[in-house]
Amino acid sequence: MDVILFLIFAVIAVVCAINVVVQTHPISSAISLVGVMGSLAVLYLLLGAEFIAAAQVIVYAGAIMVLFVFVIMLLNAGAESKRGRSFMAQLLGAPLLIALLGLLAYFVQRLFPRSVAVHFGGFTHGTPLDIGRALFTTYLLPFEVTSVLILIAILGAIVLARKEMD
Amino acid sequence: MTAVPISWFLTLSAVLFVLGVAGFLFRRSVITVFMSIELMLNAVNLSFVTFSYQLKEVNGHLFAFFVMVVAAAEAAVGLAIILTVFKNRGTLNIDDVDSMKN
Repeated sequence: MDVILFLIFAVIAVVCAINVVVQTHPISSAISLVGVMGSLAVLYLLLGAEFIAAAQVIVYAGAIMVLFVFVIMLLNAGAESKRGRSFMAQLLGAPLLIALLGLLAYFVQRLFPRSVAVHFGGFTHGTPLDIGRALFTTYLLPFEVTSVLILIAILGAIVLARKEMD
Repeated sequence: MTAVPISWFLTLSAVLFVLGVAGFLFRRSVITVFMSIELMLNAVNLSFVTFSYQLKEVNGHLFAFFVMVVAAAEAAVGLAIILTVFKNRGTLNIDDVDSMKN
């Protein structure tokens, strides 16, 4: 059952990710990216990460992608112009990417033999209770720094995007 | 056989990451390039959560959470930069924004 669920949502994630890369219109890419994020949320649930799954749907698929779609609509971004990429990218891009994927997959298989297996319910410490406890004890300083970072990002976005008033 | 090997999750993460790199390198629209970055961050998040499962610790979830927060901040600032570039240059093609090249 876990294998079937994993395979279904892994295939959805990979197909949507390919769609993100090959679609020429940005809005199609954005919708496909929402698909990737939704299926990743299901995989997080399979791994026992309840809080992260909820945050993935709310923050990523909700907030960030709405921001993307908003900007695409605001800029009236049409289909990408098909112009020749650079010669090096055309020549070396695909082989190097396949080599990178092969290298990553090889080391994953070498480092993680099939001994550890994931089954639903095997890890139950991903609840908001556990996350909150770790966040406000061990990771209190990073959490506070994060809030400052968000504040700076808000100010930066406002300063960059406002109209010149003078 | 009901359990999924942990290497499958990591391989899925690697596949998504490489697709993100491909989008980052091959696409010309700056918004799609930006979405590819989000795709790469998502792939790394999946790795973090998987390692957290393997080690039976919650720390990986915290890292995934912080990555999400940084991604949100990055999206806000990045999209504001895209708006400004579009306002000044009237294009979303990254090949046309090359004034630092010369």
